[in-house]
Amino acid sequence: MTAPFGRRACEVAANAATGGYRLFSLLDHEGPEPEPGQFYMLASEKSWGEGGGRPYLPRAISFAETAPAKEGIRLDFLVEGVGPGTDRLCDLEPGERVWLTGPLGNTFSTPKQVNPDAAGAILVGGGIGIAPLAIWRRRLVEQGIPLRVLLGFRNQQHSGGLNELFCAGGTLCPDVRLATEDGHAGHQGYVTDLLAAMLAGDDATSAVVYSCGPPAMLEAVRSLCDANGVPCELAMESPMACGFGACFGCAVPKPDGGYLRLCVDGPVLRGDAVAEVAHA
Amino acid sequence: MPDFCGIELAHPVVNASGTYDAIAARKVFGDELLQAFPFSAFVSKTITPEPRTGNEPQRIWETPAGMINSIGLPNKGLDGFLASDLPQLAKLPVPLIVSVMATNREAFSRLVQAVGDRDEVAALELNVSCPNVHSGLIVGENPDETEALLEALRPLTEKPLIVKLTPNVASPEAVAVAAEEGGADAVSLINTLKASAIDPATGAPALAAGHGGLSGPAVKPIALHQVRVVRAAVELPIVGMGGISNGADASEFLAAGAALVAVGTESFRDPGAGSRIANELQTGVSEAPRRLAALDLE
Repeated sequence: MTAPFGRRACEVAANAATGGYRLFSLLDHEGPEPEPGQFYMLASEKSWGEGGGRPYLPRAISFAETAPAKEGIRLDFLVEGVGPGTDRLCDLEPGERVWLTGPLGNTFSTPKQVNPDAAGAILVGGGIGIAPLAIWRRRLVEQGIPLRVLLGFRNQQHSGGLNELFCAGGTLCPDVRLATEDGHAGHQGYVTDLLAAMLAGDDATSAVVYSCGPPAMLEAVRSLCDANGVPCELAMESPMACGFGACFGCAVPKPDGGYLRLCVDGPVLRGDAVAEVAHA
Repeated sequence: MPDFCGIELAHPVVNASGTYDAIAARKVFGDELLQAFPFSAFVSKTITPEPRTGNEPQRIWETPAGMINSIGLPNKGLDGFLASDLPQLAKLPVPLIVSVMATNREAFSRLVQAVGDRDEVAALELNVSCPNVHSGLIVGENPDETEALLEALRPLTEKPLIVKLTPNVASPEAVAVAAEEGGADAVSLINTLKASAIDPATGAPALAAGHGGLSGPAVKPIALHQVRVVRAAVELPIVGMGGISNGADASEFLAAGAALVAVGTESFRDPGAGSRIANELQTGVSEAPRRLAALDLE
């Protein structure tokens, strides 16, 4: 399925705080239903770079959920204000419009597509990176694929989206485990502690790991999976000006030299398709 | 219908080299891209004699009203381009202009000859923002180097040769005159402006290469000025570019003396910016600047 050509204006249907993040919804009357892991290039129609000149470029944001809406689909995005672009997206008011291009990029593979003998999935999310795992979790549950979800946050200020994206009937879904660095919920420590413990178990090697989160966490997931012989798919982020292969900014090093373009070759990449995930 | 070096174009808006990968965009947007192709001619990314992987990331950095890039000209090299990219680019519904660059005259000649021989190619753009390995000088920063290169390349093809001028010189018009004397058919300007950014989080250069090229609306007044001074110095048609985001910007470049305009960074924000700008030029701009521009063409 290809994306409609060009950008289109979509109305903001809702925008609410969730923990330290914001969850906003856009109404898309034209686009196809996106696949988990795909992303959109977003820029508000008004006040995008008009004052101080930034933000200037649209921002690449993976969608967290989608649902049928009147004359189209609703797209939900989880954002944290970390700069002029995401700050502006956090401030979106219902009724205003956002320029949107997409859906862009590829999607996750099912566990059986990765490994015909795979019995289930382990989803590992960190911070704002839990977003694409929400829709992926729902799709896997719908297909009856056994799964575990491990989600990590730095602290209460840098967390959110659980109630809206990973809860049912007001309680955390039973397949979800939490880790927080400040210990305010779940295991005190890194989410990769939970993954390491799980991969040490007997049947873990029959799983496929799917992960999205900060680069240091992705690299920890990649090397843990590599060490345990477990295949993984990483939904990655990279500086990106266009999202459709034009700018060549989102270069990700390949293990054998050269680069991938994350926007058209990803954003979901097999762990063995990337060299070490670069992180500060 | 603009006539540019004998090439008939549906409107005066093309893309800046290296800012649109039509092959990737065709995969992302499907046939709709071809049906609503945003440019009246397509300018390829720069092709070099040998394949290049491009620079290490970080490659781009947002700046006020613009961005800095140091992509490093990733491309498949001449053989890879002819074998795999050219057949796909030939399917675009518009004339094809191929950008080429080499660091010595022999390799540049090989590129021009091989690309110029192909029927799919309407014209060549010479990216001269590169050093001559023999002299160590950046060709496009030096009028003598530019004229000598053109004199060597001119006899190799009958196809129009467009020289892409760098803005990183005191007198771009001197280089434009040299290109004209050497036998160029047109000049295009501006390339990006040399620029750096410091990552406030680290205090270190934001781009892995240390510096890059600035583009976007921030550079538009500089680009307009350079188009004006080049217009005053040469008779050649000009492809004007630098920060064009809408029809009003494009009409300013036409008023300053450009025959065509190119859209670059704005396509990153709006994949269909080329046709939007062409449409805005047609409908939203007063007749006066366009008539002025028409006078400036031959």
